[in-house]
Amino acid sequence: MTDWSTPRVSPVRLRPSGVSVRERMLDRTSPLRQLDWVLLIAVGLLIAVGGLLIWSATRQREMVLGLDPQAFVKKHAINATIGLALGTVAALVDYRALRAYAPFVYGASCLGLIAVLSPLGSTINGAHSWIVLPAGFQIQPSEFAKLAIVVGMAMLLGEKRDGESRPRDMDVVQVLGLCAFPLGLIMLQPDFGSMMVFIFVILGVLAVSGAPARWVGGLLLAGVLVGGFVAPHLLKDYQLNRFRVVANPGADPQGFGFNVNQALIANGSGGLTGKGLFHGTQTQGRFIPEQQTDFVFTVAGEELGLAGGGGIILLLGVVLWRGLRIASQATDLFGRLVAAGVVSWFTFQSFVNIGMTLGIMPVTGLPLPFVSYGGSAMFANLMAIGLLQNVHMRSREM
Amino acid sequence: MKDQSRSRIVVLRVVVLSILLTLFGRLAYLQTADGAKYVQAASNNRVRNIITPAARGQVLDDRGVALVNNKTALVVSVTRSRILSQPHAGAAVLARLARVIGIPVAQITNIITPCGEVLKNGTRASSKTGCWNGSPLQPVPVRSYSSDNAAEVRRVLAIAEHAESFPGVQAQYAPVRQYPQKSMAAHVLGYLGPISQAEASMAQYRNLPSGSLIGRSGVESVYDSQLRGTNGVQKLQVDMSGTVTGTVGTVPAQAGQNLVLSLDAGIQKATEAALAKGIATARTQRDPVRGTNYAAPKGAAIVVEVGTGRIVAMASNPTYDPTLFVGGISTKEYRALTTDPGQPLLSNATQGLFSPGSTFKIVSTAAAVAAGDSINGIYNCPPSLMIGNQRFGNFEGEQFGPIDFRTALIKSCDTVYYQVAYDQWLRDEAALKAGKPAQEVFPKQARAFGFGSKTGIDLPGDLSGLITDRKYKLNFWKQMKAVECKRAKTGYPEVAKTDPARAAYLLQLAKENCTDGYRYNAGDSALFAIGQGDVLVTPLQLAMAYSAVANGGTLYEPRLAKGFLSADGKTYSTLPSVKRGTLPVSQSVLAYIRSALAGVTQQGGTAGFAFAGFPFPVAGKTGTADVLGKAPTSWFASFAPANKPKYAVVVMVPEGGTGATTAAPIARSIYDAMYGLAGKPSLLGPGGVLPSALPVVRPDGTIAPPGTRVPVPPHRAVTIPKPTSASPSSGSTRAIGAPARLPWSEEPRRTTRGKP
Repeated sequence: MTDWSTPRVSPVRLRPSGVSVRERMLDRTSPLRQLDWVLLIAVGLLIAVGGLLIWSATRQREMVLGLDPQAFVKKHAINATIGLALGTVAALVDYRALRAYAPFVYGASCLGLIAVLSPLGSTINGAHSWIVLPAGFQIQPSEFAKLAIVVGMAMLLGEKRDGESRPRDMDVVQVLGLCAFPLGLIMLQPDFGSMMVFIFVILGVLAVSGAPARWVGGLLLAGVLVGGFVAPHLLKDYQLNRFRVVANPGADPQGFGFNVNQALIANGSGGLTGKGLFHGTQTQGRFIPEQQTDFVFTVAGEELGLAGGGGIILLLGVVLWRGLRIASQATDLFGRLVAAGVVSWFTFQSFVNIGMTLGIMPVTGLPLPFVSYGGSAMFANLMAIGLLQNVHMRSREM
Repeated sequence: MKDQSRSRIVVLRVVVLSILLTLFGRLAYLQTADGAKYVQAASNNRVRNIITPAARGQVLDDRGVALVNNKTALVVSVTRSRILSQPHAGAAVLARLARVIGIPVAQITNIITPCGEVLKNGTRASSKTGCWNGSPLQPVPVRSYSSDNAAEVRRVLAIAEHAESFPGVQAQYAPVRQYPQKSMAAHVLGYLGPISQAEASMAQYRNLPSGSLIGRSGVESVYDSQLRGTNGVQKLQVDMSGTVTGTVGTVPAQAGQNLVLSLDAGIQKATEAALAKGIATARTQRDPVRGTNYAAPKGAAIVVEVGTGRIVAMASNPTYDPTLFVGGISTKEYRALTTDPGQPLLSNATQGLFSPGSTFKIVSTAAAVAAGDSINGIYNCPPSLMIGNQRFGNFEGEQFGPIDFRTALIKSCDTVYYQVAYDQWLRDEAALKAGKPAQEVFPKQARAFGFGSKTGIDLPGDLSGLITDRKYKLNFWKQMKAVECKRAKTGYPEVAKTDPARAAYLLQLAKENCTDGYRYNAGDSALFAIGQGDVLVTPLQLAMAYSAVANGGTLYEPRLAKGFLSADGKTYSTLPSVKRGTLPVSQSVLAYIRSALAGVTQQGGTAGFAFAGFPFPVAGKTGTADVLGKAPTSWFASFAPANKPKYAVVVMVPEGGTGATTAAPIARSIYDAMYGLAGKPSLLGPGGVLPSALPVVRPDGTIAPPGTRVPVPPHRAVTIPKPTSASPSSGSTRAIGAPARLPWSEEPRRTTRGKP
């Protein structure tokens, strides 16, 4: 048991001024040595592969328009760089101190989601989940809200009082209350994909927190019931159609089944090794809408085949494996819950994203972590990796 | 706490792993087990076939005169993908177009919507509403205007002049069918009609988009595949928006071949004119039996080359103008044609069934010899003969005493033939009584002359006619017994109201038929011998039979097509004559008949008056076939020259009076025109024969008469295999240069994209 009252020492220890930078970098206790390099390399590879896929998906269109065929790759690299900086900050601030900021992160996210619903929000590619800023920048607050929910839940559930070994019912109710507000805002957009990710993250964090099984089971059951009986009445027709396509892949290939059908053709025609980068007929013929963002996986499936698509799934597996390892090695519940929340988030988002290109999940506007083009998602994803590294670094000290 | 939380992490691990495995498994399944399907789909996705129509071949006469060729028409077509990419799905442009061409927007939308696409009301576009079965990238023809229609064309050309107001709409000139000889030989040439939805899916109509025209009648229909040529295909690579990004391959269109007919435009024209004039004359003649003028509602005249079976002229009156069918015939016009009592769409030459009357006596003469009667024998020709309980008389009660077959043919003595047929009937009845089969010599002979079965002409709708024998009568009686016996009880009250005498006659007939209808009685055989009663033939069958007699006994399948010339003139092919059979008649009997028929047109013969003054002997036979309740059918069947026959001419005018007064003069006019005897030059070539070689194609694509010297390129002959006995009747559709199958499939139709 950690004695929380003991003043803590920063892991970045102050050193005598005479020690060289090189020595400091390579010191056993240096943050660089403490980093989970496997996780970082896997993320780096995903971002790099993503760059190639985005390039392939956009170069033809950009050329037709007379624009720079590498414009999207360059922006992808910039996004990754900014994300790296944000992730570094997230890694360096002691996560235990982060708890103090959690309410602000949560509050800011909620404000962002409210702003989307206000006249500030705008619709891009059919999803009303954006805020357009001056100078051509766009923010998707729901991406950051995922981060905020993870941190917020970890904060509420990670603070144990009176020697309780597991969250009390009251804690669970508090957490659900905390989540209900942003969830409601996302439902209003409506961003069905983010909603599903939220629910999965809530379940994951609750489960790992040790919350009573009746809560986890009950929420699961409630989710199934709502999904099965209530959602068909609440969802709009086009959203229901996305489920119909999953149930019946051949449904209306010219209408609402078009995206799924074209994505299936792209993935299915790839074979073992694909048609070669830049040589996919579906990709280069631009048959798949939103290919550089939500359908980026189809570029891999078509042009790189099972080897490329499987490789991406493998790299995601490495990221999730390292995340789970960090969660189980975390020295406190807060750190563990943060890690478990991030893993739940990436897991489900990857499942929905890749699953929809394979015709086993409904089409939603969710990007594939690290691979898809998009700033907000990249920033939020890399900040989440920063948090994982943060927890990792600080779990070795004990 | 730790343990609780750690075990939950294990659960999360399992969940993560199973999710990843699910994704990988699904991906692997799609790419391996299901891969081939998607590879095909991806290829279909990106390739669009654009069809380039092939020019349809001309139909030429034996000298290269165009009977059907092409002219240009202004065709307004709409490219749907370009319309849909405009604001409000191109509503403004469609509205403008609707005003110019006078077709409502809704109808235009239907015409250009790809078949099978889901419409706003949830149904799919089908041929009911009108739909386009071609590529969505292909301009869809919406309306065409003949270039003759100058005012309309000028108005519609506004589309081309103000192209900026009509994005996605084209007004371009395209070829349509033209008939330079107007209605001439309409029944032979036929017309075109749009392909049906069902036909479009058939193998022989590959790459024909909806709206394509195919032969619907005449040689246009029989030789459709050769005339049509092969449409070209341009395989374009396209992207999502339908923008063309490259060409995958091109197969150029192959123009259809020119069809050369044995028909001779000059003789055809003269034949039609003679027939029309003869019919008009008949209508001014008074029918002495009925006291009114002859109705002569229709007629047919045929000229055949006896040595080959080739048709030189084939006229059917009344006729129609095939130009009506160009650009689509209106319902009103079509109804007018189909409800006309003269049935102008039917060819009387191949589809008119009539009793042949005395022209049939060549068959009866041969049959009598086959039955054992001597060709040189002497037979009595009394004014009438009692056969059974019925009296059978000669025309106008003539009598000639003891005569030979020659005189019987020349004078057309019926009683001679009644007697020989009756004798044979008696022999057959005796055989049947003795338990032996009946010889049926007369019906057998008729079948050997080509009657009772299709001639095999290269035209659709050729009829078989009817030859009755004992077996046929029995079968027919079994079918009709119930009806006849019912009538035998009820009578014909509906007929009795207007014509009690006829009703009484019909009742008598019904009573006889009910009890004895299966009997092939003596009267049947007697009537058969003079081409009356249950004998029905087409004029073409008669012409082929006379040709066989003329050429020494070879029965040919009549042929209109003589050969094909490729559009560039580099290749040609000639169609062979097809033998149907040989007459089971000895040369001496044939020579006897020919010589007797030559006497018919001499003074004292039945056609002596009609052929008075003709410079060389013509062999012929008149026929006056009685029809119940109507004036007789006038026939004349002939060939000339009688000593060395070249051409057979058969003329028929129903309700036209005697053969001598109506049909024979028409035939005389035709011979006059052919041999240049009415103060006009001969329509036959030098030496009195039509050209045997095909016309030639000049380097510029125009057609020159046979024998014209064309410098380059030289003809390259294509050998046509002789028809084998395995497919004796497929002559009319024997494929020559059938279009090659294209190696790829139809592309799918897809234009819209769904909500992202």
